[in-house]
Amino acid sequence: MKRMTSFVRSALVAGLVLASGPALAAGESHGAPAERQDWTFGGLFGTYDENQLQRGFQIFREVCSSCHSANLLAFRNLEEDGGPGFTEGQVKALAAEYTVQDDTIEDGERPGIPADRWPNPFPDEFIAKAANNGVVPPDFSVLAKARSIESPFPIWIVNYFTAYQEGGPDYIYNLLTGYHEEAPEGVDIAPGQYYNEHFPGNKLSMAPPLADGIVDYEGDEVPETTEQYAKDVAAFMMWVADPHLVHRKETGFKVMLFLVLFAGLLYLAKRKLWTDVAH
Amino acid sequence: MAGQSTYKPSNGFTKWLDDRLPIMRLGYDSFVDFPTPRNLNYWWTFGGILTVCLGIQIVTGIILAMHYTPEATMAFNSVEHIRRDVNWGRIIQGTHAVGASMFFIAVYIHMFRGMYYGSYKAPREILWMLGVVIFLLMMATAFFGYVLPWGQMSFWGATVITNFFSAVPVVGDAILQLLRGGFAVDNPTLNRFFSLHYLLPFMIAGVVGLHIWALHVPGNNNPAGIPVKSKQDTVPFHPYYTLKDGFAIVVFLIPFAWFVFFAPDILGHADNYIPANSQVTPTHIVPEWYFLPFYAILRAITFNIGIPFTDITFIDSKLGGVIAMFGAIVVLFFLPWLDRSPVRSGGFRPMFKWFFWLQVISFIALGYLGSKPAEGTYVVFAQIFTAYYFAYFLIILPVLSRIETPKALPASISESVLKVEAKSATTA
Amino acid sequence: MPDNDQKDPNRRDFLYVASGAVGAVAVAGAVWPLIDQMNPSAAVLALASIEFDVSSVPEGGSVTIKWRGLPVFVRHRTEAEIEEARAVPMSDLKDPQTDAERVKEGHEQYLIMIANCTHLGCVPVGESGDFDGWFCPCHGSHYDTAGRIRKGPAPANLVVPDYEFVSDTVVRIG
Repeated sequence: MKRMTSFVRSALVAGLVLASGPALAAGESHGAPAERQDWTFGGLFGTYDENQLQRGFQIFREVCSSCHSANLLAFRNLEEDGGPGFTEGQVKALAAEYTVQDDTIEDGERPGIPADRWPNPFPDEFIAKAANNGVVPPDFSVLAKARSIESPFPIWIVNYFTAYQEGGPDYIYNLLTGYHEEAPEGVDIAPGQYYNEHFPGNKLSMAPPLADGIVDYEGDEVPETTEQYAKDVAAFMMWVADPHLVHRKETGFKVMLFLVLFAGLLYLAKRKLWTDVAH
Repeated sequence: MAGQSTYKPSNGFTKWLDDRLPIMRLGYDSFVDFPTPRNLNYWWTFGGILTVCLGIQIVTGIILAMHYTPEATMAFNSVEHIRRDVNWGRIIQGTHAVGASMFFIAVYIHMFRGMYYGSYKAPREILWMLGVVIFLLMMATAFFGYVLPWGQMSFWGATVITNFFSAVPVVGDAILQLLRGGFAVDNPTLNRFFSLHYLLPFMIAGVVGLHIWALHVPGNNNPAGIPVKSKQDTVPFHPYYTLKDGFAIVVFLIPFAWFVFFAPDILGHADNYIPANSQVTPTHIVPEWYFLPFYAILRAITFNIGIPFTDITFIDSKLGGVIAMFGAIVVLFFLPWLDRSPVRSGGFRPMFKWFFWLQVISFIALGYLGSKPAEGTYVVFAQIFTAYYFAYFLIILPVLSRIETPKALPASISESVLKVEAKSATTA
Repeated sequence: MPDNDQKDPNRRDFLYVASGAVGAVAVAGAVWPLIDQMNPSAAVLALASIEFDVSSVPEGGSVTIKWRGLPVFVRHRTEAEIEEARAVPMSDLKDPQTDAERVKEGHEQYLIMIANCTHLGCVPVGESGDFDGWFCPCHGSHYDTAGRIRKGPAPANLVVPDYEFVSDTVVRIG
């Protein structure tokens, strides 16, 4: 036991010394440090907020989806547990509004059904490129997990204990609210590029997609501001990327509880077994 | 420890079976009545933990293979299909991915335990060497597996690692093409990596069988490092160590489950959620954490080796790095003959202890440096720790065996145990 | 066994029994997801029921649609064919079923059946055979205009899947 603690202690000390040591040369052009946001789906018991996902979906549909694809998002996902909570009827009606490609039928096109994936805004990569300043707008399917923000020491260690997994939506929020109308002095911005303080390299080919009031939310409670839109769409993108987050965490809670109790029981049994055996 | 078997068939069928295939006897002698030193501490539970890790990886892996498509245009989406549509897929896939990390955590602890307590020394050299073989196979398996999701890190990891072989003089490029099945990493590479990723775990399981066999001939080493002298020194494996290992395994599963259920992506890289693209390299490419110490050693060799003050180069920095990296593992095979000290346990070696812990720290330091960009002070530190890593095996251990005066060893395991008991009784 | 062992370690004790029982629960809990993953995935289930507009099938025509991976015949029968099917006496049938049992009331002209011969699964050819219905070229089974087995090795009528008319012209299969 004594050796064990000394091992752990040495390992910890080693870790601390190192991590604080040569942490000199960090980020070259990683953009301004991003601020973390509060998310309903953060932490051990976090769940998605249905209303927020519905608002985020509205923004995705009305703003983003004219350029960005979401190949892995199926209409049916929108009615699944832990998601935005649309009804079966709503999803069916929504799917039918879209035309999807189907090579197995005569004309190759038909109205969508819930089992279909979200249709692409562009027929192929080259047309997508040509329409968007030479850059293909990234697909939304797992984009929220493909982005993150940097955590300096010792925060990245803390992340393991708080199970911080919201770097993606944090980055997206910061990016969407990080546009500057004028680039700082000395930064040359080519036509078709926009200055964004959170984008690596700061020169982004996407025009600011959001502005106050461009999307009309139902009711009056939720402010129609860029910040609110950015938050809602970032939450929606996280759900698209990780649609089973709620189920995963709920199962995890049960599993953890079980394992802790089981470990306790085994410890007592083991102690009893070894009571009379010097070791 | 392969003494007389104490197995007694309990009924007619087991008697009949025992005369034809003594498999029950083998199981009984190996995992029930096997005499095990009574003083093993919790560091000895990692053998059992590793067995469980291997089992989890094989079971979840076979399941993933039922849903995965090893084809360059479909691989990425098929993994997402598992996460999104397959029943329990997010959890099974998460277990497999997190499981690789947990496997390596356990194996590193297991190896350092062996190094501290001198478990590689006679008569356990073969046991140790088989362990190194398992470690090598694990690294290969983990590397092949990481390529399969076909994200950016998969692709560029495969590109960088296969490029190691281009450092081989003369035939390097030929080997590289052979491994990749093309001029660059592409669909043929993915296909063969999938095949090998499925094969290697079963080879690991086979070598694990040999590892356990080689363990059961001399029996377990123990924290005192002295051989078992009488029955007093041991307890039967079951129920004493089955229960203790069982407890340790469940405790190990707690952080395992933590990652699987609450942070399945935290041990990976966000960039691997971008589909593989042969035209764009991610800005900051690093291997999975468990390869980082060896990656740091690879990058620490920034200089050519040749005749000083001339342009004659024998080994350029690229080949040097690859040699150093593979050498870092190969040197482990020679460990039983580099450390000639007659005392096994580090607990009785006052000088060894210091150098050992320095080696642990150095290894962790290399891991940290491997995650940082190869520039400035990071490279200098990596070179210092790499030098220490090799010096530990090649200089320090051989020299220590000559100059160190070990502490007095207890007469027997039971004596050492009773002493500890008495001590804790007086301090309590 | 060590000498200072006072108790038999194999003695039944609540703690040991409880540990074993909880361990068994753990194994059972872990095994279920590992088996359930083989069940149809959400993507497969999403296509478990399909909708089809029968008005696109002209009288006397037939289309084959895909449902749960299987071919399904949607046949728009003529008056003559319906009459022919209704006229068959039950005693002539190997697998007795009236024509009405094989169609939906009010939509008698539409015959919807899984297009796999009940013998060994081949797809029969339409408007052929001795009974003006379907003929399976693999082993020579003849079906009538209601898809009932009349002659040959097949044991049963062509299978009618669960379906319902969700409107006058749209049918939901599955």
